[in-house]
Amino acid sequence: MIRTEEMLLNVGPQHPSTHGVFRIVLKIDGETIIEATPVIGYLHRGTEKLAENLQYTQIIPYTDRMDYLAAMTNNYVICHAVETMMSLEIPERAEYLRVIVMELGRIASHLVWFGTYLLDIGAMSPFLYAFREREAIINMLNEICGARLTFNYMRVGGVKWDAPEGWIEKVRDFVPYMREELAGYHDLVTGNEIFLNRVKGIGYYTKEEALNFSLSGANLRCTGTNWDLRKDEPYSIYDRFDFHVPVFHTGDAWARYQCRMQEIEESLKIVEQAVEQFPEEGPVMAKVPRIIKPPKGEAFVRIESPRGEIGCYIASEGKKEPYRLKFRRPSFYNLQILPKLLVGENISNLITILGGIDIVLGEVDG
Amino acid sequence: MEELLYAQPGWTHVAIFFALGAALLVTVLGFVTYAILAERKVLGFMQMRTGPNRVGGRFGLLQTVADVFKLLIKEDTIPKLADRPLFILAPVIAFAPAFMVLATIPFSENMQFADLGVGLLYYVAVSGISTIGILMGGWASNNKYSLLGGMRAAAQMISYEIPLVISVIGVILFAGSLNLNDIVRGQENIAYIFLTPIGFFVFLISSIAELNRTPFDLPEAESELVAGYHVEYSGFRWAFFMLTEYVYLFAMASLTTVLFLGGWNPIPFLDFIPGMLWFGVKFSIVVFFMIWIRGTLPRLRADQLMSFAWKVLLPLALLNIFVSAAVKELFL
Repeated sequence: MIRTEEMLLNVGPQHPSTHGVFRIVLKIDGETIIEATPVIGYLHRGTEKLAENLQYTQIIPYTDRMDYLAAMTNNYVICHAVETMMSLEIPERAEYLRVIVMELGRIASHLVWFGTYLLDIGAMSPFLYAFREREAIINMLNEICGARLTFNYMRVGGVKWDAPEGWIEKVRDFVPYMREELAGYHDLVTGNEIFLNRVKGIGYYTKEEALNFSLSGANLRCTGTNWDLRKDEPYSIYDRFDFHVPVFHTGDAWARYQCRMQEIEESLKIVEQAVEQFPEEGPVMAKVPRIIKPPKGEAFVRIESPRGEIGCYIASEGKKEPYRLKFRRPSFYNLQILPKLLVGENISNLITILGGIDIVLGEVDG
Repeated sequence: MEELLYAQPGWTHVAIFFALGAALLVTVLGFVTYAILAERKVLGFMQMRTGPNRVGGRFGLLQTVADVFKLLIKEDTIPKLADRPLFILAPVIAFAPAFMVLATIPFSENMQFADLGVGLLYYVAVSGISTIGILMGGWASNNKYSLLGGMRAAAQMISYEIPLVISVIGVILFAGSLNLNDIVRGQENIAYIFLTPIGFFVFLISSIAELNRTPFDLPEAESELVAGYHVEYSGFRWAFFMLTEYVYLFAMASLTTVLFLGGWNPIPFLDFIPGMLWFGVKFSIVVFFMIWIRGTLPRLRADQLMSFAWKVLLPLALLNIFVSAAVKELFL
């Protein structure tokens, strides 16, 4: 008779695959997980509390630090919330620039996910390929706003800088290049037998569970729920573009992988159309008072970030600073399902499941 | 070599053997140095980066030397709660067999250190000892990650040894001998890879698993177990584990060359090129293939690894015995 003993294993906060300072305390029997307790908060910066003492424009750089892989969407959500409160009209050119940088950011974010996910699973090369393409995007974004990750590009009423000369052409050239590289990724990874064995049927949850846990983004669409705010509650100028929302039905890591990979293609379509329709000239900033004071009241807006629904709630008392600011940070909500998914899995699957959720710790901890 | 072995032992003989052993060690260490560099360069080439390019000129020729030097002068830490004697002994036990197996490999017609009648058996038996070293290291570190890594290593290396051994039975049937020299001579007309392709396939996969290389690098799976069984090791003790891995790479690639690719035998019409060089070329192809695999494939999961060994490779290896026997009976 073999007697086995449970063991407590501490994964993280310093661990190669927790994607930042995330910690899970595991109770394991051999390599099988019996119980998992996530510990978060190592990167908590109190963005929401800090915001109460900051003017609206000053809050924008703080949002860069939340989801630092797709900071453009974070920039947008706070500006969008304030603009909604003030009922501002945004110039065409600014809207197009916003959409282009947001979609480029989405592609960059999914590329990081793709690379690190494959690195988690043990393949080294896709990581470097993905980062090469991401570098091209980062360079373009750097050119337009002077920063590679913490952009601080958008302002209430528009964007801070107009596109430099030749920038739009660069974006136009990037689209076919990216398509070609994407086909290369599919050749290298998507059909790989080992990869398929690692992701198929792993981390499965149903549509109901996903909705009960308030999952969003690819984590929700992998269960067959067709929900994308760009389509269902179009904000900005997303109703002008022709794209479709990839939906898969198996609810496992494989579906999430396919979902994200197709989202890159859809984002490329949007970028392509936005560049096509880009207005020749015009202002990039609306007429906004120097000191922004939204009227007394509340507003909640939500948009589709690469990781899911990012929301911003503002309670204003008509002052320069918000009375209360709250972000609905998708990574935080998406992470909640992790302990449930881990029970009964082994340690290799832990990495596959955690990576598949696609969290950014800056966003989880806020 | 023969006369020396049967002659009366004397100090001269001891000195000669010692010198020869040292020569082999230097050769192997030289190989390891440049195998590591080659691996980094080839991977760099595949991943569109340059690889080492600072120490030792544009190609980083001295990079590994600098790395080894760094490891030598590094502080040697032993965890407080580690099992001290075992912790110190483990890298040695892992490394020694890796070097021992090289003795039987015939690098060319007359370059072999021990022409054993049971050469192949000796190789398989001795290389099994390394598993103990790795398991010891994993256990003695008193770290949960290294324990998991050690357990994985033991399970994996024992499972894959079985298809590995069975897959070479085809070769033994054709050669009619366990002596590695005889096996090479048996391939003068045709390399055994063409006679037992299934055996070669099984052998290649099992040997990658034996070497703990991607896609079978579970014992040290970086993204899961941080570094697996050697997570607590530092400095030169750690280097010993690394050395074990690369010396085994050397040994395994040599064995593949000897068993399946015809060893030092030249391909027809090119026999003016010395056998040593032929061996080197074939050997390099095998090493390159292993690096290539590492640059391409993701990692298997532990349970998939086991089921692959027992449900796919083992039946294939068994089938190979019958196919080889049939081929030998009907065509040779």
